[in-house]
Amino acid sequence: MNRPVSRRSIIGKLGAVVAGVLAAPAAKAAKAVAQKLLVSADAPKDYHPTAHKWLMAIDANRCIGCGLCAEACKRENHVPEGPYFRTWVERYIITKPKPGSGAARGETLVDCPNGGINGYPEAPVLKEEIQHSFFVPKLCNLCQHSPCVQVCPVGATFDAPDGAVLIDPKYCIGCGFCIQACPYGCRFLSPVTKTAEKCTLCYHRITRGLKPACVEVCPTQARIFGDLKNPVPDDPLQQFYQNNLVIALKPHLGTEPRLFYAGIDKEVR
Amino acid sequence: MTNDLINIVVEVMPRFEGYVYPNEATQQPLWGVLIVLYPYVTGLVAGAFIMASLVRVFNVKALEPVYRLSMLTAFAFLLCAPLPLLFHLGHPERCYEVMMTPHLTSPMAIFGFVYAWYLMAVLLLELWFDYRRDFVEWSDSTSGFQGLLYRFFTVGVTDVSDSAVQLDHKTGHILSIVGIPSAFLLHGYVGFIFGSVKANPWWGNVLMPIIFIMSAMVSGIALCVFNYLVLSWIRRKTVDMKCLDVMGMFLFYALVVDAAIEALDWIHRIYSAEEGFQVMQYMAREKLFYTLSLGQVTCGTLVPLILLGLLQLVRRRVPELHRRRMYFTSASLILMGVLAMRWNVVIGGQLFSKSLRGVMGYKMEFAGQEGWFMGAVLLCLPFVLLTVMVKLFLSERLPTSGHIPHREGGPPAFSPAKT
Repeated sequence: MNRPVSRRSIIGKLGAVVAGVLAAPAAKAAKAVAQKLLVSADAPKDYHPTAHKWLMAIDANRCIGCGLCAEACKRENHVPEGPYFRTWVERYIITKPKPGSGAARGETLVDCPNGGINGYPEAPVLKEEIQHSFFVPKLCNLCQHSPCVQVCPVGATFDAPDGAVLIDPKYCIGCGFCIQACPYGCRFLSPVTKTAEKCTLCYHRITRGLKPACVEVCPTQARIFGDLKNPVPDDPLQQFYQNNLVIALKPHLGTEPRLFYAGIDKEVR
Repeated sequence: MTNDLINIVVEVMPRFEGYVYPNEATQQPLWGVLIVLYPYVTGLVAGAFIMASLVRVFNVKALEPVYRLSMLTAFAFLLCAPLPLLFHLGHPERCYEVMMTPHLTSPMAIFGFVYAWYLMAVLLLELWFDYRRDFVEWSDSTSGFQGLLYRFFTVGVTDVSDSAVQLDHKTGHILSIVGIPSAFLLHGYVGFIFGSVKANPWWGNVLMPIIFIMSAMVSGIALCVFNYLVLSWIRRKTVDMKCLDVMGMFLFYALVVDAAIEALDWIHRIYSAEEGFQVMQYMAREKLFYTLSLGQVTCGTLVPLILLGLLQLVRRRVPELHRRRMYFTSASLILMGVLAMRWNVVIGGQLFSKSLRGVMGYKMEFAGQEGWFMGAVLLCLPFVLLTVMVKLFLSERLPTSGHIPHREGGPPAFSPAKT
């Protein structure tokens, strides 16, 4: 038997729909507050993530491969010993082509023993055979479309409003999906906390007006750090973009890295 | 202590060739044997369910003797499907967050819901509607704990009038129809977990979900053939050859489609030869030679294709005993071949660096979270569950009402008594 539809029930249902529509912005605001609380986990209370846009850039022409940045990062962030790095420095050696081979260049040799912290061994080829040799510091590429954020099943890793890509260690379930999804090998599963870890741009430092540890110790200013929303006079980041043609790593993947490099070769990936 | 000792004996230091990113130079790949088992077990579920649907939805009467066995197989394996995933987590105690606060862009998050839907809304309900009348009967005719159990399973619904049973059949039929796309979704999603990783040229592939669905169907049907033959052998019952032949036929055609799609995938990879092709070529030739060329392609696909294909052509001339042996061999080989395929996808995708400049070595350890032992236990567990279920729900001592949705009083669900 069909029950007659009463006016009261219609009004009740309509009311529920209106309440739902009204609740949506409230839920969004609550989410923003919750996220701010989370984002600010390592930050001081008066820090406003929306007032900044942090970014790093790499001038590989200046890097001398001293590995101080990788070491400083390990110490500052208590990164576990072993094959776990939030930043590292790769050495590229491109050899001259063999005479008569018809090739423009020889082979590309890459190495990075212990992240470059203890320096590099003697080059595996004679000095005369080397065409180019250079160092490339690597870290989180701060993608605009981060595949790592996209695949996290619980949303433990997220794009902070200030440009950092962060992980909530209390929330991460340690599934490792983000590590598989990062094309740049910038994440690892910490054997200590059993959660994913990555470069946070030294969030605990930058939110207190300090530079990231790697930038602080770099003797040649190969790492340039700044705030796009609050440029200082003669801002090094702005000058870097002014003076260099830049490229990003693996652009074909559509991750739109915000980390740009100057002075690297096509062989770098 | 024991673990450490065993690891010292078995473990070898990882070997790297070329350059791998520093974070990739770990002892073990991030996703080990547990993640190999996860798509394998899930695939068996989907396949076994599709096999059962052939009876229910597509009305393939010859397969009725294995209908209930296939359903129970799907159920036993589904219960175990999330275990490998759970045990491999760094923080298993936080797993509920996947359901409580899912991140909707993540394939893994949605899988939790697809799994729950498939378990609760499809498989459990369908099994219950199938068995309801039997439960009522058995709870009267069986005493002791088992009788209590059957009474518990009736959930207090004891109406076995014709109209009620008719309604059971109808609901079961609808659930089965809903179940087919759900089974595809379940395993397609598993494929998507890998296919969506664009960072990895071995995985990031639009065909991946389809390959996973097809191989799931093949492995599921093979598992039903395997289980049917083993159960008949244990119970010393004659095998219903008509049923077996039809299963063999479906297995053959599913295998043809599966092999065609996987071949298409490789042809496309070889022809387009995109970035990373060289390292993939190296992987197929060197690192994965045994599991890919030998395990997956030769033993898991070509040999069963020939055996089953021969049986399609000259079935009548082959004596029954030989036919049974050929089906059993093909099913076992396919089961191993699909396991090898999962291995090639999961482990293979982690044996080369994302810098595409180097490859890693991998030696599985015996003990430990992702070792041989754990893998073997998790692979045996669904079979143990299935044994219990067969004892409870397919027992020879119990009278059975049959499950046939379209007509009353058909042959019993597992028709052994044709000696």
